[in-house]
Amino acid sequence: MKLRYLVVLLVILSFISLFVGVSDIRPWDLFRLTEDQADVMMISRIPRLVSILIAGAGMSIIGLIMQQLTRNKFVSPTTAGTTDSASFGVLISMVVFPGSAPLVKIIVAFVFAMAGTLLMMRIMERLRYRDPVLVALVGLMFGSIVGSATTFLALKYDLIQSVSSWMNGSFSTILKGRYEMLYVSIPMIVLAYLFADRFTIAGMGESFSVNLGLNYRQVMRIGIVIVALVSSVILLTVGSLPFLGLIIPNLVSLYKGDNLRSSLGHTAALGAVFVLACDIMGRIVIYPFEVPIGLVVGVLGSGIFLFLLLRRRAAHE
Amino acid sequence: MIEVSRLSKRYNGNHGIRDVSLTIGKGAITSFIGPNGAGKSTLLSVISRLLPMDEGTVRIGGMDVSKSDSRELAKVVSILKQSNHLNVKLTVGELVEFGRFPHSAGRLNAEDRRQVDEAIRYMELEELRGKHLDNLSGGQRQRAFIAMVLAQDTEYILLDEPLNNLDLKHSVQMMKVLRRLTDELGKTIVLVLHDINFAAAYSDSIVALKDGRVARHGAADEMIDPAVLQGIYDIDIPVHELGGRKVCVYFR
Repeated sequence: MKLRYLVVLLVILSFISLFVGVSDIRPWDLFRLTEDQADVMMISRIPRLVSILIAGAGMSIIGLIMQQLTRNKFVSPTTAGTTDSASFGVLISMVVFPGSAPLVKIIVAFVFAMAGTLLMMRIMERLRYRDPVLVALVGLMFGSIVGSATTFLALKYDLIQSVSSWMNGSFSTILKGRYEMLYVSIPMIVLAYLFADRFTIAGMGESFSVNLGLNYRQVMRIGIVIVALVSSVILLTVGSLPFLGLIIPNLVSLYKGDNLRSSLGHTAALGAVFVLACDIMGRIVIYPFEVPIGLVVGVLGSGIFLFLLLRRRAAHE
Repeated sequence: MIEVSRLSKRYNGNHGIRDVSLTIGKGAITSFIGPNGAGKSTLLSVISRLLPMDEGTVRIGGMDVSKSDSRELAKVVSILKQSNHLNVKLTVGELVEFGRFPHSAGRLNAEDRRQVDEAIRYMELEELRGKHLDNLSGGQRQRAFIAMVLAQDTEYILLDEPLNNLDLKHSVQMMKVLRRLTDELGKTIVLVLHDINFAAAYSDSIVALKDGRVARHGAADEMIDPAVLQGIYDIDIPVHELGGRKVCVYFR
């Protein structure tokens, strides 16, 4: 698949996305929008589109980075504790600093996401079993433990509704003024591009990296910062988007290989296309109501994940 | 020249090395041999900075390994571990290009590309250049890794059990290539080998390790001697002369 095709598809879907919704705006209205229509575009539709593109590309890229750093294709931020730790952090900031500014929440979520990811990677390094699926399962368990701590605290402080709102990702609440912190991901994505070669080398292991004179520990730290920060801002704006960081990098790896320099662009584009398609679907299925994006991504994503698992087994036999 | 002086590395087990001092000459093949747990791989890993040392110093071409910049060292010495079993999907060409990383940091210039092409040609990998590593046989993959090291263009090449997982034919091919690298390009190669006959046939000098110490160090010819081998391996190893070569018969 050529990157060009993905980009064309992305542009077409973006265009469609702008004209799906309860307020009737047709493409031919674009040059003579009424004031109401212009408001809908500027306040809701465009912010929604932008946040879909950033979140789709961002989740996929940090999934890929995490898979490189753990050298495990079955690990991703949502399935190995990063998102759960960030979520725990958001809850802590709500309990400790009630009514705090969004920036405080981001910082606390980021710190927790960093700590959780580091801890999980330490655990994975120490495991005796090297089977990637088993290692990924341990990550899943780690995430669940953190998640249950979050639930426990949330119950105690009567915050369970807030927690479930951000654990189920949704773009329907995205409005101008409420999503801008997503832009923090953009410099992180640029950083990921600059470090593409280093992440590829780190994915080949520590001795391989040292041989090439790479500062392995530093690359790991930068990777974890990118993963933790991007997952935190996406969690705080859109909410959790399951499976995305798992399936998109794996699909791209199938046809493009693991050289990040050539696969990062595809990963970002395919992630954005996938989320955009899921979002449009979710908005159309029970129109004028919406199916939450997390549900659509979850249903399609688990199907694709199953396919990837079975394919891997077939390749082994 | 590689100068190892009073080098020690302790492990929680006993697979360490103790007070090893050693000088490895330039432009030659040196093999580390010895029983399991003698510290061969540990010594190679400490020399190549993959493992930090507890005591002692290592100098490679005058550079102190523990004090020099890792990137600068990567232009002088390369190390390939036996366990380079990758689950990363790269083509042969991409892998070899990564060998230029210490020089180019990912931005290949004309000189880098020339080195990559040359390394691929030298290892006869032209036809496999676009193939993914996971579709190659063990021998082909091993050749691809050596090509990467060649592209890295270091004067010193350290290889930990390069014959692992290779059948006889590919083992012989590998050793012939290493011999050519030394004879034609003047590389200094240090190997960990299990098979003393391969060590005898292709090395210039042999370092025998036992219990974490250097038991004996000498020219290949003088090391292949029943009395010397008895001291290293604790079994009788008769040495016969076949077609002008010394061959150890250690099978029974």
